[in-house]
Amino acid sequence: MKIVLENAKLYNGKKEDLFIEDGVFANAFDKKDADKTYDLSGKTIFPGLVDMHCHLREPGYEYRETILTGTMSAAKGGYTSVCPMPNTNPVCDNAAVVNGILKKAKEAGYARVYPIGACSKDLDGKLLAEIGLMKEAGIVAVSDDGKPIATAELLRKVMEYSSDFDIPVLNHCEEKTISDGCMNEGTVSTCLGLRGIPTAAEDIMIARDIIMAEYLDIPIHICHVSTKGGVRMVREAKARGVKVTCETCPHYFTLTDDCCETYDSNFKMHPPLRTKEHLEAVIEGIKDGTIDAIATDHAPHHVDEKCVEFQIANNGIVGFETAFALGYTYLVKPGHITIDRLVELMCFNPSKILKLGRGGLEVGDDADLAVFDLENEFVFDKNKMLTKGRNTPYDGFKLYGETYLTIMGGKVTYEKLC
Amino acid sequence: MGLKNKDLLGLKQLTAEEIMEILDTAKTMKMVLTSGNKKTSHLQGKSVITLFYENSTRTRLSFELASKYMGSASANISATGSSVAKGESLLDTARTIDMMATDIIIMRHSHSGAPHFIAPHLNASVVNAGDGMNEHPTQALLDMFTIYEKLGSLEGKKIAICGDIYHSRVVRSNAIGMKKLGADVSIYGPKTMMPVGIENLGCRVADNVADCVKDCDAVMGLRVQLERQHKSLFPSVAEYSKFYAITPEMLELAKPGALLMHPGPCNHGVELPTAVYDCDQSVINEQVTNGVAVRMAVLYLLMARRNQI
Repeated sequence: MKIVLENAKLYNGKKEDLFIEDGVFANAFDKKDADKTYDLSGKTIFPGLVDMHCHLREPGYEYRETILTGTMSAAKGGYTSVCPMPNTNPVCDNAAVVNGILKKAKEAGYARVYPIGACSKDLDGKLLAEIGLMKEAGIVAVSDDGKPIATAELLRKVMEYSSDFDIPVLNHCEEKTISDGCMNEGTVSTCLGLRGIPTAAEDIMIARDIIMAEYLDIPIHICHVSTKGGVRMVREAKARGVKVTCETCPHYFTLTDDCCETYDSNFKMHPPLRTKEHLEAVIEGIKDGTIDAIATDHAPHHVDEKCVEFQIANNGIVGFETAFALGYTYLVKPGHITIDRLVELMCFNPSKILKLGRGGLEVGDDADLAVFDLENEFVFDKNKMLTKGRNTPYDGFKLYGETYLTIMGGKVTYEKLC
Repeated sequence: MGLKNKDLLGLKQLTAEEIMEILDTAKTMKMVLTSGNKKTSHLQGKSVITLFYENSTRTRLSFELASKYMGSASANISATGSSVAKGESLLDTARTIDMMATDIIIMRHSHSGAPHFIAPHLNASVVNAGDGMNEHPTQALLDMFTIYEKLGSLEGKKIAICGDIYHSRVVRSNAIGMKKLGADVSIYGPKTMMPVGIENLGCRVADNVADCVKDCDAVMGLRVQLERQHKSLFPSVAEYSKFYAITPEMLELAKPGALLMHPGPCNHGVELPTAVYDCDQSVINEQVTNGVAVRMAVLYLLMARRNQI
């Protein structure tokens, strides 16, 4: 299969035609020999995006999402590599489940799937999962996502043991004993009569994790940072040379807790939406390099799990199909960051943290790329998503950066029709 | 004038004018209620359902009597003994009631925002009879009515509310509603029962009970919600009643003859000593009567709005 992409510009401003042959970027060949030629006038080519934090729900929750629908959704968002968290059923805490996920992913063929294994068996925070055997099967990191690594004892064991296998540890930081709530604690939660989750809950565990990383001199990655204190501590730790990296998600730089005022559970996620002060700190962390990556935390839920009272609604929103456009519209457009920095956040850095070797656009590199329309505004329509989930807070948002074409390993995984 | 919205979800959604219209209508309703012949025909041919997911004596009975005095067909269902016990979702339950040509659904629910969640899905008007820790609008309206009736106005009046602020939907509705009518509300309770940012609702957070009640026109005690006390927020009832109760000495710091109020049910000897509960300044029992009058007013005004459309 030979593909030619012509008349586009690369994200870094370079104008050149790209040639793809046998799944990799190739030297220029005669365009007449191409099986398929795309005229990408007015569009911009990016390396395929890498999402280091998502939920594909399979095995066990196929009514919410499958590896097939999840990766189709990822492809529509410009992603060519995704890393599903282990909170499936059964939990991804052993090589057999990892193998099952990879088999399904290969059949689906819409994105490279790099599973994240559990830190502890059954995510129960007690006994170590078989991290070495899971690595042999193909995991790229471990996490008890959704369930913070509750004790310092387990954290130490997981970090030490995983480092033997060069496997990064990703932690959802939240001190559960003070997190008995369903939204950010503050004036809005008080006004709505909803129990709050204080920013201190996140900060306390981030502090602990940084202390442990510094003490052990082993890397730690902090998932979805949403607080000013979290950003500050990571910034200070990095300056001291602590091996800490972190990610945030688009909702933490686009939405605030007052969005919960209508008790709409599409604004309910974990960590919760914070106040403007924290949103601005997250943007500052993105600007100055404190925050390494933007992940989606794509978390599809069934309508029956969301169309209920706010308190009992499941946490989380879908994210693949809005992440790039939100990053471009809310970070690049207003001038907070350059487009190159956005590519670092959404491709190079997550690839580097998880050692995936993704993001190359040179001859010989796997032909993973995404083409976006940065010029024209589009209205995001939740009913046109490819994910099974409809739990998005962004329905009707006017955004820039609609996906036009996604290619993974030389295969077209998404193409916008007209 | 009338009410602007189909539903009565909270004081947040009401304007000062709407609140005053409810209070003035309640004056008329109180005359009806105390006249000997309580029967009116304002809700004749209409249906009112009370749907209670939490226990209640005053609120449920006063709504039921209010609707019956006004001639409606009324019935009540509760979580136990209905399909809720079989696991039916709130929305399905509400839609089922709605499809029986129900005009008004009065709902109490343990989840904040539950009435806000169902209201847009229903043709019936939804009246919030208490949702979690959010609001209890008809309680606040009857509290305001009591002050309005006794003191002539809320404008410039100083009101103290003491007790378990964190769990109280009564305090949220009162703080918001009384502010809209120009009153100065002070609140106080143990810090462990004080929600973050409560001062941004427009009330003053006092330093202690004495500071809270000083020179007030009305003093309201709140029930310590022992059933919500799954986490120990104070060490013992003995300690609470010593440091946080409205004692006779504390009440003396308020204006002479200040109203002593309590939404009920009261834990005697915890937030109020019985001597205070029964004192001459206490309007606690009259609040109950006013509750029926205010609920008649609310039902009347909501139905008037429905009839217009």
